[in-house]
Amino acid sequence: MRLSRFVLALSTLMLMPAAAAADVKFAYVGEISGSIAVSGGNFRDGVILAVEELNAKGGILKQKIELTLYDTQTNPGVARAQMQKAIDGDPYVILGPIFSGNVKVTMQMLQQAEIPHIIGGEAAELTSLGDAYLFRTSFGQQIGMPKIANFIRDELKAKTVALIWVNNDFGKGGRDKLIKELTARNIKLAADVSSESGQVDFAADVVKLKAANADVVFVYSNEEECARIMREARKQGLKGPFVGDTTLLSQKTIELGGDAANGVMGHVGLTADAPLKEVEEFKARFQKRFNYVPDHNGLKGYSGVYAVRYVTEKLGKLDRKGLAKMMHGLTITPKDEPGILIETSWDNTGEIDRISFLAEVVGGKQKITKILPKVGK
Amino acid sequence: MLADILQLFVAGLATGGIYALAAIGFTLLWQTSQTINFAQGEFVMLPAFFVLIGMGFFGLPFWAAVLVGVAVSILTLGLMFKKLMVDPMLHHGVLPLVIATIGLAILMKETVREFYGADAWPFPPLAAATNVTVFGAAFAVQSLVVLGISIAAVAALQLFLNKTRTGRCMQATAQNPTVARLLGVPVERMILYTFLINAALVALASLLITPIYLAKFTNGELLGLYAFIAAIIGGFNQVRGAIVGGLLLGVLDNFTAVYISTQYRLVVPLLFLIVIILFRPQGLLGRVEERTV
Repeated sequence: MRLSRFVLALSTLMLMPAAAAADVKFAYVGEISGSIAVSGGNFRDGVILAVEELNAKGGILKQKIELTLYDTQTNPGVARAQMQKAIDGDPYVILGPIFSGNVKVTMQMLQQAEIPHIIGGEAAELTSLGDAYLFRTSFGQQIGMPKIANFIRDELKAKTVALIWVNNDFGKGGRDKLIKELTARNIKLAADVSSESGQVDFAADVVKLKAANADVVFVYSNEEECARIMREARKQGLKGPFVGDTTLLSQKTIELGGDAANGVMGHVGLTADAPLKEVEEFKARFQKRFNYVPDHNGLKGYSGVYAVRYVTEKLGKLDRKGLAKMMHGLTITPKDEPGILIETSWDNTGEIDRISFLAEVVGGKQKITKILPKVGK
Repeated sequence: MLADILQLFVAGLATGGIYALAAIGFTLLWQTSQTINFAQGEFVMLPAFFVLIGMGFFGLPFWAAVLVGVAVSILTLGLMFKKLMVDPMLHHGVLPLVIATIGLAILMKETVREFYGADAWPFPPLAAATNVTVFGAAFAVQSLVVLGISIAAVAALQLFLNKTRTGRCMQATAQNPTVARLLGVPVERMILYTFLINAALVALASLLITPIYLAKFTNGELLGLYAFIAAIIGGFNQVRGAIVGGLLLGVLDNFTAVYISTQYRLVVPLLFLIVIILFRPQGLLGRVEERTV
């Protein structure tokens, strides 16, 4: 009897440390394969780096973060299935998706489950659908497009624009916003060329752009397609200037496009080449960990995790509803939380606000030419 | 307008030349060994990754990586494919082999995704990204180089098949292996040569198309489909048919994308395929095959 009591007591003592160090569950549901694996992979790696750093320092509220990855394959049907799997795992937060189409088909599930979701999608309408648990990690198109339209009017003095865009939620949303902003500035659309997500042959599309003979060519597609468009454009001698918003100037586009990407210009909401100390240090750590230079999606994933960490530590408990409530109207500075990288604010719809940049690709690198202030300042 | 049409035509021919190389492989394998290889698209996708591995992991210069990549392709996609998959499966009939090649396509695609990555990768072009202007139309030098190399490869193949003893033996094997065997043609060796030639053709197609498409594990899906359509349209039992089918498909695809819609660019070629199957099932240049009962 004494022996059995002793064994019972010993077992209980052995189990106690395991019970105390319960994990905080994070889930990443994103595009690890498919047509925007480039973006989803970057975002994922940003999340992984942040989680590893936080776990090395003890985690969140002294609990390690347990991260589970789910691949949407850039397919809305698969995204829903993977999101349901993620929800069944009872995570504290969900990071992703990045593909706006996948965000749209899964956001209602997360809203119903009351799980905060920190997304990478940039389609304008995502923050207008009344989801109290959705938070962006980069500008919606309704923020970026006015800035780039001003650049086209004021710096490039263009009167006509030939537009090529990708036919998905991201591309359609951007196209609609851009046309609205260009029209408001009396800039005519000389060509409106839609292309398909995952398209590989752009010979025909570039012929259409050439025929438009516009002052500026605006390229709005995913990173791989942007690279292919630029390669085809240079092959066929299409004259620029070539302008875009974020994806055209992204690190992955530059890597895939090679020399064809040199000279492109545009607006970037977030960039690993920002002349800011926290961003430069993050870039170095990311490169050391993953052996490649991150694009803006890497920063998005990384800062998203740290935003959750900052708010949760402030709350003092794992409270999903409390997290969502606190993030509305919140501003986090790098002084408060270095992992946020750049001062970031969220409004009551989950829309993000921070400084942004005008940039040009020179010699295979993104060169920042101007820093634009926050919209809210 | 005329300049645009000329540009589209040449760009279409360039892409079509690549489809033709893959389609020729389809027809050669079918003629000599009754093999329909539904992994043909992935066969075009893979050699580019052999080259990238040669450059990235072994530090070879591009030209050396290409030579090694082509050699490895001929070994794996030619010799090993024949010995390890086709030979054991063929005596079970055509359908089990077809299903096996579908499985092989999935295996190849997922292996590249798993061990190399799901991202796209840049691939060095064979020519500079400049253009030449002729009759007011700007033709991309890369397109002209691709078209030139495709034509040269097809011409060399035709010369080999028609003007050399080995080539004529391969034709005899394709027409009637039993009679060829009786005439002393080493039929098994001729079939092996066909597989090796197919592997070389897909490796060449890979080197030509990957600088445009970028190296990605999903490249084979569309390429395989286009190659199959081209082979059917041209004539599955004629190499000439595969050439015509490939070139026609490339041009049709381009003009559809510009003058109808990019979204529906595959619709016109597929409609054309249906019309061919309904009204000329042997293909544009194929010959009607009859069986004695």
